[in-house]
Amino acid sequence: MENKTIICRCEDITVEEIRSIIKEGFTTLEEIKRITRCGMGPCQGKTCTPIIAREISRITGKSIDEIIPSKARPPVGGIALGELTGDKNEK
Amino acid sequence: MKNKANVVVIGGGVVGCSIAYNLALQGISDVILIEKSFLASGSTGRCGAGVRQQWGTKMNCLLAQKSMEILENMNDILHTKRDIELKQKGYLLLAYTEKEMNQFKKNVELQNSLGIASKIITPAQAREIVPYLNTEKLLGGAFYEKDGHANPFLVTNAYAQAAISLGAEVNTYTEVVSIKRNGSKIEGVQTSKGFISTDTVIDAAGGYSKEIGKMAGVDIPVYPQRHQILVTDPVDEVLGPMVMSFSYNIYCQQSPQGSFIMGYGDPTEPRDYNINSSWRFLEEMAEKAVWLLPPLKNLRVVRQWSGLYTMTEDRQPLICKADEAENFYMACGFSGHGFMIAPMVGKLISEMVIGKKLSIDIELNYKRFEKGELLFEPSVV
Repeated sequence: MENKTIICRCEDITVEEIRSIIKEGFTTLEEIKRITRCGMGPCQGKTCTPIIAREISRITGKSIDEIIPSKARPPVGGIALGELTGDKNEK
Repeated sequence: MKNKANVVVIGGGVVGCSIAYNLALQGISDVILIEKSFLASGSTGRCGAGVRQQWGTKMNCLLAQKSMEILENMNDILHTKRDIELKQKGYLLLAYTEKEMNQFKKNVELQNSLGIASKIITPAQAREIVPYLNTEKLLGGAFYEKDGHANPFLVTNAYAQAAISLGAEVNTYTEVVSIKRNGSKIEGVQTSKGFISTDTVIDAAGGYSKEIGKMAGVDIPVYPQRHQILVTDPVDEVLGPMVMSFSYNIYCQQSPQGSFIMGYGDPTEPRDYNINSSWRFLEEMAEKAVWLLPPLKNLRVVRQWSGLYTMTEDRQPLICKADEAENFYMACGFSGHGFMIAPMVGKLISEMVIGKKLSIDIELNYKRFEKGELLFEPSVV
């Protein structure tokens, strides 16, 4: 993969940035998420997580099975605040 | 991991990391910090990230004011690798009752006397600051433009990195199993990765500080309380300040990267370690937020989570030395406002440990509840 390839389209993070942060010592998905915001955007990590996991595996030598996925949080698909109020506030 | 330390700090949240940094800065060698997961994995990383200087007691005003001074200069002081994302667009506190309004007036008077230039505002002025604000039932409010928020992960990591560069050791994914005592003296800390001999322990374990206290035979009067929070898709900047209401039990801010963050806690929930998320929170939060800031109805919630407030009976922290065990210090019970005062807490604990005069007069002893000497802070949420 090219260094400038964007692997997190929500936050515009390149694979180069991810590699450098792993080398800095952040070797878990949870930590990388918190430092870079990868996984915090609209897609909630659906695109970037497997790619980052693979980079962690490649750099640290851990097998992909040993890399703990970051916690999936509700609501899975995203929902508008207005929908949650049942549009009672619709004017 | 070293097997000998001058001080062991338990807890890798913002408070523990600030303490480790300040101890190292005071010249204490062999400071070891122990964190059972990753840094800021507990309350720090789950918090609303606000930094408010509008308090109702002199001590809290000073703690927050001096901490904000440090946050304002943190990138330089700690030579941070990443900007801490401090945003100072103010805190807007809303008053819906005469009682709240009168309290705000008293608070503003106190804050002004300490150099915090907050002011009382009318509903019309509130709308100038936040154009989308629903001012129905609003009597007025208080505003201070230098309040704001910062990124808790980056602040915590900045402290940890600075502590490491001063010689401290930070051990993540390491759990404290027990604390060894001989009479009233501490002899060491048993962790999942080995024994560290030390005579000084600092309990900064947040929600779990009571459990750590038990290991040393110290009874710490705190309890956990779940608070929930949600975040939306990022949008262009439309909300400058943190908007907060005590009576509606809500806070809402827009982070520098554009997403809205809002939350509240239910004090009637059981006092346990539950940090699951609930559907009820989503619905109630949406009701409150859309009522207060109607255009938010179009924003999509992308994630919700929860974390623990570590509460005390007077909702004020415990920053002191224990009686039961020598050289056992605690910095816990922040009751939802630990992040914003962590810079000063680290400094004060380090001063206590080396026996220096404290830079702010604080009286936050854990025995105050037994003596019935509770502190009164009118402005906590």
